[in-house]
Amino acid sequence: MLTFVGLGLFDKTDISVKGLRCIERADAVFLECYTSRLMGTSIEELEEFYHKPVRPLYREDVEQHPDEILTLAQEKEVVFLCAGDPMVSTTHADLRIRADERGIPTAIIHAASISSAICGLSGLQNYRFGKSCSLPFPQKNWFPTTPFDVITANLAQRLHTLVYLDIQNERYMTIPEAVEIIEQIARDKKTNIPLYVGIARAGSDTPVVRAGPADRMLTAEFGAPLHILIVPAGLHDMEQEYLERFAGL
Amino acid sequence: MSRGKKSIERATELMKDPKHIRNIGIVAHIDHGKTTLSDNLLSGAGIISEELAGKQLFMDSDPEEQARGITIDASNVSMVHEYEGQDFLINMIDTPGHVDFGGDVTRAMRAVDGAVVLVDAVEGTMPQTETVLRQALKEGVRPVLFINKVDRLVNELKVDEMEMQIRLGKVIDKVNKLIKGMNEEAYNSGWKLDAGAGTVAFGSALYNWAVSVPFMKKSGISFKVVFDKCRAGDMKYLAKNSPLSDVLLDIVVNKLPNPLDAQKRRIPVIWHGDKETKEGKAMIDCDPNGPVALMVTDISFDPHAGEVATGRLFSGSLKRGDTLYVMGSSMKENRLQQVGIFMGPKRVEVDAIVGGNIAAVTGLRDAVVGSTVTNLLEITPFESLKHYSEPVMTVAVEAKNMKDLPKLVEVLRQVAKEDPTLVITINEETGEHLISGMGELHLEIITGRIKRDKGVEIVTSPPIVVYRETVTGKVENVEGKSPNRHNRFYFTLEPLADEIVTLIKKGEVSMNQQLIERRDALVAAGMDKDDAKSIKMIKGTCMLIDRTKGIQYLNETMELIIEGIHEALAGGPLADEPVQNLKMTLTDVKLHEDAIHRGPAQVIPAVRGAIKGGMLIAGDSLLEPIQKIQITVPMDQMGAATSQIQGRRGQVFDMQSEGDTITVAGKAPVAELFGFAGDIRSATEGRAMWNTEFAGFELVPNNMVKEVVVAIRKRKGLKEQMPTPNDYLAV
Repeated sequence: MLTFVGLGLFDKTDISVKGLRCIERADAVFLECYTSRLMGTSIEELEEFYHKPVRPLYREDVEQHPDEILTLAQEKEVVFLCAGDPMVSTTHADLRIRADERGIPTAIIHAASISSAICGLSGLQNYRFGKSCSLPFPQKNWFPTTPFDVITANLAQRLHTLVYLDIQNERYMTIPEAVEIIEQIARDKKTNIPLYVGIARAGSDTPVVRAGPADRMLTAEFGAPLHILIVPAGLHDMEQEYLERFAGL
Repeated sequence: MSRGKKSIERATELMKDPKHIRNIGIVAHIDHGKTTLSDNLLSGAGIISEELAGKQLFMDSDPEEQARGITIDASNVSMVHEYEGQDFLINMIDTPGHVDFGGDVTRAMRAVDGAVVLVDAVEGTMPQTETVLRQALKEGVRPVLFINKVDRLVNELKVDEMEMQIRLGKVIDKVNKLIKGMNEEAYNSGWKLDAGAGTVAFGSALYNWAVSVPFMKKSGISFKVVFDKCRAGDMKYLAKNSPLSDVLLDIVVNKLPNPLDAQKRRIPVIWHGDKETKEGKAMIDCDPNGPVALMVTDISFDPHAGEVATGRLFSGSLKRGDTLYVMGSSMKENRLQQVGIFMGPKRVEVDAIVGGNIAAVTGLRDAVVGSTVTNLLEITPFESLKHYSEPVMTVAVEAKNMKDLPKLVEVLRQVAKEDPTLVITINEETGEHLISGMGELHLEIITGRIKRDKGVEIVTSPPIVVYRETVTGKVENVEGKSPNRHNRFYFTLEPLADEIVTLIKKGEVSMNQQLIERRDALVAAGMDKDDAKSIKMIKGTCMLIDRTKGIQYLNETMELIIEGIHEALAGGPLADEPVQNLKMTLTDVKLHEDAIHRGPAQVIPAVRGAIKGGMLIAGDSLLEPIQKIQITVPMDQMGAATSQIQGRRGQVFDMQSEGDTITVAGKAPVAELFGFAGDIRSATEGRAMWNTEFAGFELVPNNMVKEVVVAIRKRKGLKEQMPTPNDYLAV
């Protein structure tokens, strides 16, 4: 049996009681460490909390050598932990398909996801979000403009855009870095993004939410990762008031 | 004032007047006397003394060249010649004749407008005469002929006067046949060589005399006089009354084009940009006030000035402090430090150089051989230099002392810049670097130069043959999956048609071309029209065609697809050897919606795997380099010569006797030719004259493939079994 268990947003206590029970029953616990991170905890702390060893998994472990996890799941109870809600990052759909191909039963235990948390923190209405996108760190011959195209397409339909920021090894994209990249493309395409909302450390005791134009985002202090960015379309009165009260608009 | 110094002053004056400039190269088979000829021309121009000419090998500035008595690099020199009361500036490039250095000849031909083809009167045209002549014609360079060593005909072969003329006529006929075969249009439009029209000279470079039909009228030195004086051994008389440099340089001035005329004809051949742009017009008109268009044909290292870039300036002018850009580099500003011309091995600084000249400059940090340099931000680059030979042999080099590790990397980069026919693979992790070149001799010279000139002690492996991989069959829609399996690429792989490969090799199809021009050339060669307009990449003789339609995000993914393909082509699936003649058609693509899930780490391995796995399904096969061998021996040694070829998996395809000698022509794989020099010497008691020439790649015989593949894989530290498609496709 392979159970995907969501860990929620920030630390060891964000997991659901159902999820925790599942870990207690498990023969092996893996923690996926590449699509996102729980910044408020560490593997050592989780092991202590669960009274079980936790094995970290990196991209190549899951994508190139999934056999070890799957073979184990054929005989035993295996738990696959990931930050947020397991299937929001589409990557793990593949692992579930592979498991099913081998006749391994699978299940998902859900948890809070950043994609809904941002509605609460920003007051931007869930109904008004369009397609979301990730913003990668530009590389030498790869500088995709898809994120910008998604943003402008959403804006044209008066929809907000949730922009996931890249994570590479120990490098976390910050809100100012992200705004810098988007503004660069905007300059090249001779368009203007009027407003951004930046959110840092959702789910922690010290989240930061700031709304404003690019220059304000570039100078604002957001503190430690993780960061996420929203490009809102024209605001509804309620959204406007919420951002003024909770995001310093 | 010395004559040398005076000629520098006259040269700088003449540089500004293209009508009085001739840019020429001297090309020949090895040992037909090129360097001796160059020296005597220089002596005639007063740049070196008469006594030294012929002994000094002035153009051979490399100590290795002087020791071996052969020319390794092309060298440049400028000189002044007076013709009918007017001074002309002759910029001359001496080129190597040994086949291992063919790359230098290709580069030199780009810089010049005319070529003096040198042929030994006794030996006649040889395989490399043909190679260098082909290179000249390909670059639109007009030939004239100098038949050297006429004295040997008279004194060694003891021919009579009639026989002498017949033999000389035969040499001319043979060269004409070659020209006609290579470019019939040029041949018919007046490039046919004709002694009566004054495009042929006869003489002896060593004894410093020559005759031509027009000069005979002036000097009164007829063929009869030549014959009599040769027979009598009175070379001094001929040298005095019909001096080599006067006769030959008259031909150069009279029969070879000046840059104004030449560029009108040559620019369309070597530059495929839009002729209506200001740079296009300036080059065709050789306009000194137009944009700068400089093609770098040589890079050398001067211990004082650093990197010296030599090249042909087709338009604009160069002076110290100018800001230029190197096309295809990071487009940083390159500031010219010194601007000069070559007078032998010495570089002489001048104030400015205008279009139509051969310039030697410092300060072009980003330039490599073949670079297009300009003062505009963007122009279409010149056609890349086509080499008729390809690297066939590799040696691994390592620094002897740990402390030299970083220096060796630096030196190898320099060597690669100096000689673009080398392929250098630097591996900083293992410290074992690979140098691939055109033969044993080429690699010996290069490694020798690293030790001697660059002062780095190195350990060299025995040479290894370079193989190629290609497909013999076709596979349709082979699927490559990204590691996250969210992205899928479908390719059809098949051999690229011979006609198309030929077009690419001739430079008639390239990515620099306008789309329509490229499409038409490909369709004319038989390619499907929809294929022909969808070319996304040409790398070596491999081609990527994109036949997908309307796939979202494919545009921003294409660079990554091409990178994956480059990785697969650099080392094929069988033995990690370079891939050639592969046609890849992208038929379908499935991409993840979000950019981060289709980044380099996903796309590159998916594409690389699809190409490599697909090649194995389509019948990947190994090709080995072949050399053409020609051996001339006394009749009674014929058996020894033929068995030297046949005993090496070779094939003899022609034998021709002349007098009491016989010339055996054949071919054999490079892999079997190690130690050939020693073996043929002992088999024929040292009486064989021989040479080899690159003759392309051929399939390794079926029954040997496995053995060769496994041996290569073992050497490279790869898995020693024969690879299967699943090794590359399974994700």
